[in-house]
Amino acid sequence: MGQSCDVAIAGAGIVGAACAMECAAAGLRVVVVEPGPIGGGATAAGMGHIVVMDDSPAQMALTYYSRTLWRELAAELPPEVEYVEAGTIWVAADSDEMAEVHRKKRVCDGIGVRTEVLDSQALAEAEPNLRRNLAGGLLVPEDAVIYPPCAALHFMDTARRLGTILRAGETAVALSGQGLSLRDGTLLSAGITVDATGAWAAGVRKRKGHLVITDRYPGFVRHQLAELGYLKSAHSTTEDSVAFNVQPRRTGQVLIGSSRQFGAEDSAIDTPILARMLARAREYMPGIADLLAIRSWTGFRAATRDKLPLIGPSAHDPRLYLATGHEGLGITTSLATAKLVVDRILGRPSAIPCEPYLPGREREAQS
Amino acid sequence: MTLLVNGTPVSVEPGSMVSAAVAGLCRESVSGEPRGPLCGIGICFECRVTVNGRPHSRACQTPCEEGMEIAVASAVEQPLSRQPLSPRLRATYDVVVIGAGPAGLAASVRAAECGARVAIVDDNPHPGGQIWRAVQSVPRPEASRWLRAAERHKVDRIAGARVFAAPAPNWLALETSDGGRELKYGRLILATGARERFLPFPGWTLPNVMGAGGLQALVKSGLPIAGKQLVIAGSGPLLLAVAKYMRRHGAQVRLIAEQAGRQSLARFAIGLAAHPAKLLQALELRASLFGIPYLTSCWPIAAHGRGKLESVTLQQAAKTWTVPCDYLACGFGLVPNIELAVLLGCQVERGAVAIDEYQQTSVPGVYCAGESTGIGGVDLALVEGEIAGYAAAGALARAGKRFAERRRHRRFAARLEQAFALRDELKYLPQDATLVCRCEDVAFGRIRDCGGWREAKLHTRCGMGPCQGRVCGSAVEFLLGWQAESVRPPAFPVRVGSLIDTGSIL
Repeated sequence: MGQSCDVAIAGAGIVGAACAMECAAAGLRVVVVEPGPIGGGATAAGMGHIVVMDDSPAQMALTYYSRTLWRELAAELPPEVEYVEAGTIWVAADSDEMAEVHRKKRVCDGIGVRTEVLDSQALAEAEPNLRRNLAGGLLVPEDAVIYPPCAALHFMDTARRLGTILRAGETAVALSGQGLSLRDGTLLSAGITVDATGAWAAGVRKRKGHLVITDRYPGFVRHQLAELGYLKSAHSTTEDSVAFNVQPRRTGQVLIGSSRQFGAEDSAIDTPILARMLARAREYMPGIADLLAIRSWTGFRAATRDKLPLIGPSAHDPRLYLATGHEGLGITTSLATAKLVVDRILGRPSAIPCEPYLPGREREAQS
Repeated sequence: MTLLVNGTPVSVEPGSMVSAAVAGLCRESVSGEPRGPLCGIGICFECRVTVNGRPHSRACQTPCEEGMEIAVASAVEQPLSRQPLSPRLRATYDVVVIGAGPAGLAASVRAAECGARVAIVDDNPHPGGQIWRAVQSVPRPEASRWLRAAERHKVDRIAGARVFAAPAPNWLALETSDGGRELKYGRLILATGARERFLPFPGWTLPNVMGAGGLQALVKSGLPIAGKQLVIAGSGPLLLAVAKYMRRHGAQVRLIAEQAGRQSLARFAIGLAAHPAKLLQALELRASLFGIPYLTSCWPIAAHGRGKLESVTLQQAAKTWTVPCDYLACGFGLVPNIELAVLLGCQVERGAVAIDEYQQTSVPGVYCAGESTGIGGVDLALVEGEIAGYAAAGALARAGKRFAERRRHRRFAARLEQAFALRDELKYLPQDATLVCRCEDVAFGRIRDCGGWREAKLHTRCGMGPCQGRVCGSAVEFLLGWQAESVRPPAFPVRVGSLIDTGSIL
């Protein structure tokens, strides 16, 4: 059967672009279909935090593996990707959250992720604009921040240099193991089809988020800061929630998050939730109220029930792969996702077990 | 009046803006280039200074106060010390008017005459908009008449306030220098005016290359211009008005370079016969310009200077030559300010807010008048404002009586637009290294091959700075045909605290 390519990828967000780059590097013929700008969906809407997360062992394995891949790649990333190992500080407000700091440290120690416990004073020295009476925090120094749209663009450019064809401005209206159907009726036949359309993929739910960015105030924030309450907020799968989560951009701008809403389909700014999100940030950093906000936006995370991404062949069609459902971790785990996808296509062993992320697991869990 | 500028005492005339006190000083752009003001009216953010410890303040919109401490530094600044804020004010009006230029003043007076309780909000510290800027020190009989009428009818003036969000139906959130306000309206009239269109060419980011209206606004705000050498370039009748104003204030205007061709202007001039008042104005202008060369089909191709403007190279047909000058005042027509209308969901046609015969937008209860509905000049703005004011107050019959006059002024506006249409050659002025986005210092070569505005923003940061694309957006619209994106709050840079406050309106 004549196939136009080995792998057809729908979506050139950071996950689709990373998959294209890895497939092309493995010698596969790749076509990518993207209706909008590269990295223009959740990739552009997200924070660009490269972070080890320990919600579950599988999440930790994937994020740690992927962070390692980012660190290996760091030296060859162009400057506009703005890769900075700023480190994450998980901020503990009280003694309960300080206990969580120590638990988190033990988990990190267990797999070799470097961390450092900060007491109240060390936290104040590390981040002078945090409010004073906080209990402390956990510094994860090797976590990083990037500017994701340019990372996706770099991955896509790398893939194109290796022969990948980008069909920009075209939309895949139907995906199957045979390939992609475009809006104009063209069928792009492929050996493997990869659905990397993020929140628009089948089987995931949209989880809306808001962000605000300020004018340039270098040094106001030095690390990615997240409240440990963030875990409680991110865990909730029903209620709208906000959490203190701010990021220093290389430009000196401060990126302020975060909010999570289910059931919201409208991309407009939701004023009450935006205000709640910023008020939460002000609780932790009172001075943030005086910075000038220059822009706000929303985006849709692709969420799954068990908070793990869907990576690998779909349950009903072994040639239709999913690479979605990363929720808030798509930037971090894009590189590992791409590795797992290519390993599976080529039948190579993977660096970490792929089973926890296989799409079929959801069906099994339900039955 | 004396201020401290970078630690040195500087004296200015009372009534001056901070832009006058910092004249001649440059701030540093994000890539370390020297920069001076461009627009003079609070749009471009190139005149940002630190005022009494508050960074990123616009010098052109901040009135001087005795003892004020000003620091001119870079585009990146240290966070400020915490500022005490007044408690937020909340008020309800029958009609709220945004913009205190001719259209807004006329609208507020007519609505108030009909018994409506009216507030008029403006970003500028003083009323009058751009055409009647500094009306308190430059008396204008027509402006004074409207201002007195507004006072007589108890129109509430809210000055120095930026509308940045519409957090709930019929609510607007405003920020002032010392706090915030929330206004509830029955009807809303947008009279947000226009800004100049700036086109990039090599050297256009040098300090002292600025808007034509921009330079005029800065001079009205206290910038000394006597004895300076000026070149005025771009397009439209504004160039003539600026030349007249500058000459009256002692500047030496070397020449006016109008990009439109002689033929197209001749057709326009013949058409003026149908508008005797305009013809008279044109003749008066011409008389007052006596001796200033008015070159048609002529435009700047490069500005030169080390650290600031020293000369400009002009082109007319096959000829190019260089003219030494202190200032290049350069504006390529006007662009309607539609951001607030777009934020409110109003439909836009051909870059202006779409309206019905009563000046109502596609959003019921929201009206629009003046330059934001299309560039037409002060006479059209006034009559549109009157119609909007009457209509918003429910006096439709009185509004209808002004339709004929509006029609007449609109015909003139259409002729004007045709005569001064921008020529395609101007699209080739920017070179690859010429900056397009002055906030983020993005060069034309980086955006030229992007697929559109959103892609350029995401991949190059073009339009992502504090002016929110107001300067580069209208340039790329002309250069590359890209349309602006949707508008989200804040429609203007505001304190994070102000955004937090909008949450308590519901």
